[in-house]
Amino acid sequence: MYTQALNTAETDDRGLEDAAKAAQFQARIDAEERIEPNDWMPAAYRKTLTRQISQHAHSEIVGMLPEGNWITRAPTLRRKAALLAKVQDECGHGLYLYAAAETLGTSREELVDAMLAGKAKYSSIFNYPTLTWADIGTIGWLVDGAAIMNQIPLCRCSYGPYARAMIRVCKEESFHQRQGYEIMLTLCRGSDEQKAMAQDSLNRWWWPVLMMFGPPDATSQHSDTSTKWKIKRFSNDELRQKFVDATVPQAQYLGLTIPDPGMTQDADGHCRYSEIDWTEFKQVLAGNGPCNRDRMAARRKAHEDGAWVREAAAAHAAKRAHRQTAQAAE
Amino acid sequence: MAMANIQVSETPLVLYALRRADDALILGHRLSEWCGHAPMLEEDMALSNIALDLIGQARELYTYASKVEGRDNDEDKLAYLRDVRQYRNLLLVEQPNGDFAQTLVRQFFYSAFADLYWRAMMNSRDTTLAAVAAKSEKESAYHVRHASEWLIRLGDGTDESHARAQAAIDHLWAFTGEMFAVDDGERALIHAGIAIDPGTLRGRWLQTLSDVASEATLVLPQNDWMQQGGRAGRHSEHLGHLLSELQSMQRTFPGLTW
Repeated sequence: MYTQALNTAETDDRGLEDAAKAAQFQARIDAEERIEPNDWMPAAYRKTLTRQISQHAHSEIVGMLPEGNWITRAPTLRRKAALLAKVQDECGHGLYLYAAAETLGTSREELVDAMLAGKAKYSSIFNYPTLTWADIGTIGWLVDGAAIMNQIPLCRCSYGPYARAMIRVCKEESFHQRQGYEIMLTLCRGSDEQKAMAQDSLNRWWWPVLMMFGPPDATSQHSDTSTKWKIKRFSNDELRQKFVDATVPQAQYLGLTIPDPGMTQDADGHCRYSEIDWTEFKQVLAGNGPCNRDRMAARRKAHEDGAWVREAAAAHAAKRAHRQTAQAAE
Repeated sequence: MAMANIQVSETPLVLYALRRADDALILGHRLSEWCGHAPMLEEDMALSNIALDLIGQARELYTYASKVEGRDNDEDKLAYLRDVRQYRNLLLVEQPNGDFAQTLVRQFFYSAFADLYWRAMMNSRDTTLAAVAAKSEKESAYHVRHASEWLIRLGDGTDESHARAQAAIDHLWAFTGEMFAVDDGERALIHAGIAIDPGTLRGRWLQTLSDVASEATLVLPQNDWMQQGGRAGRHSEHLGHLLSELQSMQRTFPGLTW
């Protein structure tokens, strides 16, 4: 679901590589051609994309945890089935993003190991807890909504496998977003207690969701190269503003209040939000969010507890292959 | 204020549908507990998929039970507002996930039965049950294949996986007898051609099990003493904990729309 504009491009090291190939590569990008796995590409382009796509995949997988937290407690059978299907979709996104990353030459095992070792990032938003059922609505509405803002431009990313994965992911995400909004609508049309639950959830998630777009443009580094390579097409602040402008009327329709008393509306219609607390963002990225440790512990536990199963599958496949070879030799 | 339990008029047909609905819901719920925690992403997907099939079956069967009962007990009331003593599922499906082997053996025992059961139920004179059966049979055919393949991998994998798979079989075996038991109410439905006699499926069920066990180099237990009680609401201690989680929202916030 969720890329985050944490990704900084590698230093452009084309000077060290074949200048003619590099020029040809850039010309293809400029002509809006897609780069495919077997095409020549600068090492820095490969590295930047491997990092970005794998971070995106890790986010999908870690993102299963906060929502998975409510699968066993969903309030109706319809909600239970829908939530389970949604979390399963996120897993599917993770799987094909890992596959897209693998086309760049790094295996899924290596990418997952880097995440479990704490060397690879995932979206900061999943380090916040889901405390009430309304959080499931809010995640769909806002977190998936923010992810869609980030990901629609990625459907035109210069790297073919990533762009194609994003087209499918975005379709499913917009379904999730509508589902989340519908949960919020049901709560807001319900009892006072349900409305309060919805407002409390918005209060807790609003600012962390705005942080999903990454640091402000003024402090963002290296985005020039990503822009030149057409990996990134809009700046963090541009996407954040688009998101806020789209979301404020939706909150109004629900009858909820955006927890930003300083928010103003420009003559040109833009909703100007107050200063974001970037200290909190940095703390969460540094591992000090409310759930960082729990999320990593849960992923590590699943990985470690599952080791004997993966070993068994590999051992059985090897036995089977051995028996087939022996049979063929007879 | 906690929401009180509903009362259900358990005519033989209502009870019959409820029992199968409860099997599907409880097993689906158990499988859904794996989502996000499975040994590999492919199994997060597969176990969720099977859980979704089962929850879907449960919903159809609850809706049918509700219709036959003819009161206001819809699928959510039936699922969320009955307590342990009112639940009618098999003891097998409420057993905790344990390790992956235990989950897969539980699934294998159940699915190998469900596949035969639903196929036979496609000939039920009750058109709704026959329709549920037609859909469920397709799903359970995949479930039994998935579980069989895993059991073979685990049994014929490493020493550790073999030991875990064998331990799971030994542990869960005593919960399998209940699948083939019939009470008086069900016997009447069998005579009317609405239900099938599960006892007639036991031979083929055992054959499936022994075929897979043999390929998996695992052994089926010889003991034939079986635990009973789930169909009459006498459950293991595990079910209460499952229900307190499953029902927490409806019990905490009674009578609301979600």
